[in-house]
Amino acid sequence: MEIDDPRPVPEPAQLQVPPPETGMRAASFVKPDLPLTDPAVLTSPTMVQVERLNLYYGSKQALFDVDLKVARNSVMSFIGPSGCGKSTLLRCLNRMNDLIDDVRIEGRVLMGATDIYAPETDVIALRKRAGMVFQKSNPFPKSIFENVAYGLRIQGEGDRTILEEAVERSLKGAGLWEEVKDRLKDSAQGLSGGQQQRLCIARALAVRPEVILMDEPCSALDPIATARVEELILELKREFTIVIVTHNMQQAARVSDHTAFFWMGKLIETGLTEKMFTNPGHRMTEDYITGRFG
Amino acid sequence: MSRLTDRFRQGGVFVWFSGTLLAFCLAMILSLVGFIVSKGMGYFWPATLVQVQTPDGPVLGEITGHEPARGEETEKVQFRVGNRDIYGQDFRWVPAQGMGSPEQPKDVLLIERLEYGPFIGRVASLSHEGQVVATGPQALAEAMKRLPEANRQRHQIQSIEKGRVGELNRRIEKLRLARRKLEAKGDQAGLQALDAKTAEIQATYDQVQASLEQARTEARAWTLNLQTADGQDKEWPLGSVVRMVPANAMGTFDKLGVYLSRLWEFVADDPRESNTEGGIFPAIFGTVMMVLVMSVLVVPLGVITALYLREYAKQGWLVRAVRVAVNNLAGVPSIVFGVFGLGFFVYGLGGTIDKLFFSDSLPTPTYGTGGILWASLTLALLTVPVVIVATEEALGAVPRSQREASLAMGATKWQTLWKVVLPSATPGILTGLILAIARGAGEVAPLMLTGVVKLAPAMPLDGTFPFFHLDRKFMHLGFHIYDVGFQSPNSEAAKPMVFMASLLLLIVVVVLNLFALNLRRKLRKRLGGSTF
Repeated sequence: MEIDDPRPVPEPAQLQVPPPETGMRAASFVKPDLPLTDPAVLTSPTMVQVERLNLYYGSKQALFDVDLKVARNSVMSFIGPSGCGKSTLLRCLNRMNDLIDDVRIEGRVLMGATDIYAPETDVIALRKRAGMVFQKSNPFPKSIFENVAYGLRIQGEGDRTILEEAVERSLKGAGLWEEVKDRLKDSAQGLSGGQQQRLCIARALAVRPEVILMDEPCSALDPIATARVEELILELKREFTIVIVTHNMQQAARVSDHTAFFWMGKLIETGLTEKMFTNPGHRMTEDYITGRFG
Repeated sequence: MSRLTDRFRQGGVFVWFSGTLLAFCLAMILSLVGFIVSKGMGYFWPATLVQVQTPDGPVLGEITGHEPARGEETEKVQFRVGNRDIYGQDFRWVPAQGMGSPEQPKDVLLIERLEYGPFIGRVASLSHEGQVVATGPQALAEAMKRLPEANRQRHQIQSIEKGRVGELNRRIEKLRLARRKLEAKGDQAGLQALDAKTAEIQATYDQVQASLEQARTEARAWTLNLQTADGQDKEWPLGSVVRMVPANAMGTFDKLGVYLSRLWEFVADDPRESNTEGGIFPAIFGTVMMVLVMSVLVVPLGVITALYLREYAKQGWLVRAVRVAVNNLAGVPSIVFGVFGLGFFVYGLGGTIDKLFFSDSLPTPTYGTGGILWASLTLALLTVPVVIVATEEALGAVPRSQREASLAMGATKWQTLWKVVLPSATPGILTGLILAIARGAGEVAPLMLTGVVKLAPAMPLDGTFPFFHLDRKFMHLGFHIYDVGFQSPNSEAAKPMVFMASLLLLIVVVVLNLFALNLRRKLRKRLGGSTF
């Protein structure tokens, strides 16, 4: 998928996360350099870049100086204990936090070349570029067809053939077409939990986003449905950039190219998933991954 | 002791307690409906006519009441003797002492008439244009045979009076208004043209009147010579007879036929005799139509208000105050709404509309007087708090996850509301509408001030352009009950009508509610199970 990113493709060396300022971190550890060095994705440019992001709910700070890059056509997973800020960060990427009163954000988030928190940025247009899949499947109380077509309909698309094509393409993309092609007119709420979640993925795909944000998409699914969604994530990677928040360590290991570990609103470590899980650079990461806390 | 506490803890006692209360409520509702049904439904069954001898002569009629001896009062029996034109009243109390043994003569009958209530007595003879055609039992048989034809003629006369004559009257009225306009302008040629038109219509009118007169004469040709139990004679045209019921000579099937025909007349016909006889169809129609117009008005009003309060307004002390005010509005006595409707809608809005658009017909008001539009608007105002509260609840019950899903797709807030939130909230909104209908259909007081009348000359929906006449006054079942029961000169005779009208009002409310419930059920099914 092409995006309008006028910047030159950065050299691999440029993709390194800048070394954090030690003063901002917990004093108990020193954060090592964590190079982003997966050869498979190094050729792609950065899709999402978070720079020195601080987020406050009222007077309570929820994110501290987060610096992060997500390479295009890769899967980045956010892990960490509950309340560590990983979902909050995810929701910063399509400005869903705007819906909450009393939220204050400092820092910069770039999607492609767009600074999404710049005053001139159109939130509506941004959200079309970043599809979102939620923890609990939330199909609309409409037919399967209308669910998938929703994104196009609100953009004013009324042409039946275009809608039908988009619905078929998206449902195929989400691996749901074979199961529902004969009952597109039925209510989406008659589908099983796993099917509903894949329908939500299809709904997100229909508007051809660049990034797909997934907020614990499998936490309410059984193992088989989870496996289907995970397979799907690996397929979608070819076309989209995916950021996934997960509680499931094995899932992060299975599907993601890169992993970011958060703790208490701080990004502790980020890097290649393989390295994170076999040879984490930080003691806390190791403790968390091995289940010693969290 | 410990076992008792144990039972308390397990809640068994409270299950019984709440169950008992529920049973009590059900019993109350059932006895209310049962009472109304038993009082009203028996009214149409042809009652046995009983004749007794008293010191003052024979008394013939239906036995309608009985009062045992109490203190100085002796035992009394109430007879419905009919013949209001002869006796002056429909009912008579007869002391049980000195009353002969009751008989049920086969040859007596009850004749329902267009005027003066029923006649109870015997048919002496039947005449055609003054010539006696048959006497005794043959006269009754002949009259029964000729009755359907007489009724058909009467209906024809009525339809001419209502349809053609009414139409001509409307046209003459239009010409009169046009004439006034032209006179003001001083347009002589126009006036002459108008005169010609008026003369033309007048000619048609005279023609119709003549044919009506002829039909009326024909209808009067057949007359019944009637005789009361105490030997008074009465001549009565067959054309003014509705039904002849020789109850004592009838089998159960015949009685059933009379019963059904009376029931049908009650539901489908216009009222007679200052509403104490005939049907109540205009009242049923008026009630239903008013509720429908009210629903059409109240839903947008309530939903838009709730939408703003819940979704757009900044939640603060002002919104809280508005909510409290809205809830209090539901507790304002309905007559206050009636006064408001009269002052604001009828005189204020209606008066202004008349000045702007119907100034020709002033001083006769068009909208500046009570009408179904103003009554419905007043009721919509009365019931809007219910819809607002229900809609707010329904909006709040739409899961946050669905709003987020829509917003995350790049929908604006308005698109989210319109395409996701409102459809999900529709069953809840319909719940509000159901409550509003239940409240609105039973309301009488505000209507009396804003458009309900005892007898409306024309219905708010008919075949003349523009079909919906929102300016017309209308009849209403609730008001009908009040009027027939407590304002009529002959309320004793109309008592069963009160119960029947009550029953019909209940049925109308239930049917309207069932309609809305069914709509809600279908919507819910389509939405796939929502909590409301």
